[in-house]
Amino acid sequence: MISDPGDASQGPDRELEERRAKLAKQIAAHEAEEEAQRQADARATATASGYAQAFRLSTDFVAGVAVGAFLGFGFDWVFGTTPWLLIVFLLLGFAAGVLNVLRSAGLIQQPQVGHRPRGDE
Amino acid sequence: MAVKEGGGLDPVKQFEVKELIPIQIGDINFAFTNVSLFMFVAVALVMLLMLLPTSGRANVPGRWQNIAEMAYEFAANMLRSTTGPDGMKFFPLVFSLFMFVLMCNLLGMFPYFYTVTSQIVVTFFLAMVVILTVIIAGIRQHGLAWFQVFVPSGVPGPIIPLVSAIEVISFLSRPISLSVRLFANMLAGHIMLKVFAAFVVSLSAMGALGVVGAILPLGMTVAITALEFLVSALQAYVFAVLTCIYLNDAVHTHH
Repeated sequence: MISDPGDASQGPDRELEERRAKLAKQIAAHEAEEEAQRQADARATATASGYAQAFRLSTDFVAGVAVGAFLGFGFDWVFGTTPWLLIVFLLLGFAAGVLNVLRSAGLIQQPQVGHRPRGDE
Repeated sequence: MAVKEGGGLDPVKQFEVKELIPIQIGDINFAFTNVSLFMFVAVALVMLLMLLPTSGRANVPGRWQNIAEMAYEFAANMLRSTTGPDGMKFFPLVFSLFMFVLMCNLLGMFPYFYTVTSQIVVTFFLAMVVILTVIIAGIRQHGLAWFQVFVPSGVPGPIIPLVSAIEVISFLSRPISLSVRLFANMLAGHIMLKVFAAFVVSLSAMGALGVVGAILPLGMTVAITALEFLVSALQAYVFAVLTCIYLNDAVHTHH
């Protein structure tokens, strides 16, 4: 790529070119090998973590509902509004549980700092 | 096999907390229990596993050094791939949590050993360490702007209170789900193991026919033991991976 067709006949240049081509081929082969290895690893992790994924989604959902119920019960106890806040927070907790599941499944983006439309955009 | 329970066939007897050295300070019971003992054992084993083989710093690692290096690489890659290079300052935390949980889970697989992670107070404390780290690191990095994670962008004004309430509950549920997942997995697995093992004992006490019938639950017990080893490693991995994901929220601004 650097030498003209006229220069290609010169000894050291051609030798350098050949060596470079050989090295490039070796690097490409090595990278392909690494990529294959990486993909195999990823597949292995995916099957092993299927069970973990299932358990994770269910606990995420239950935890949302549980926290909602706990908060509602607590606020009711503090403000003496039994059972209204429990109902409201149970529903909010249900929504939070669904949100947790969707986030764990990667269907919704994680919340992020510093991305406010009215703040800095 | 981790089958026979010393005191009969009660499957939850294995989770009993016994006081080994009673210590009373004021009104609080600080007794050194079998739970504390196995936590110390787990920490000691992790330290032995990490310090001894790597003290030689061989260029060509031996078997044990290889294990230590693989554990290190595994946790480091996990953290780097979820949080990027700037999350690596949390590596000591993630690696300690991972090794501690893994060692506790695996220690619980020995007959007559105590499974520390089957106590919710232990797993909940670990989860609180993670969540408090996320909150403190987030506030240190972003200041009060960190609380914007509870106010998603692009939401119309009137429903922001509703959405924020859901986001707050969702955030608060993280330590719960993190701790309950680990605790429930270990608890359920060990109870299941003991129940099937108890079938073997009670069936074979019924005579020749019972012994033949006991083959089935015995096979189940063996299979569940194998499954429990998988669950032990998997739950330690899940705990560490979720720690990484939560830390990622704390360190990363929007790109």
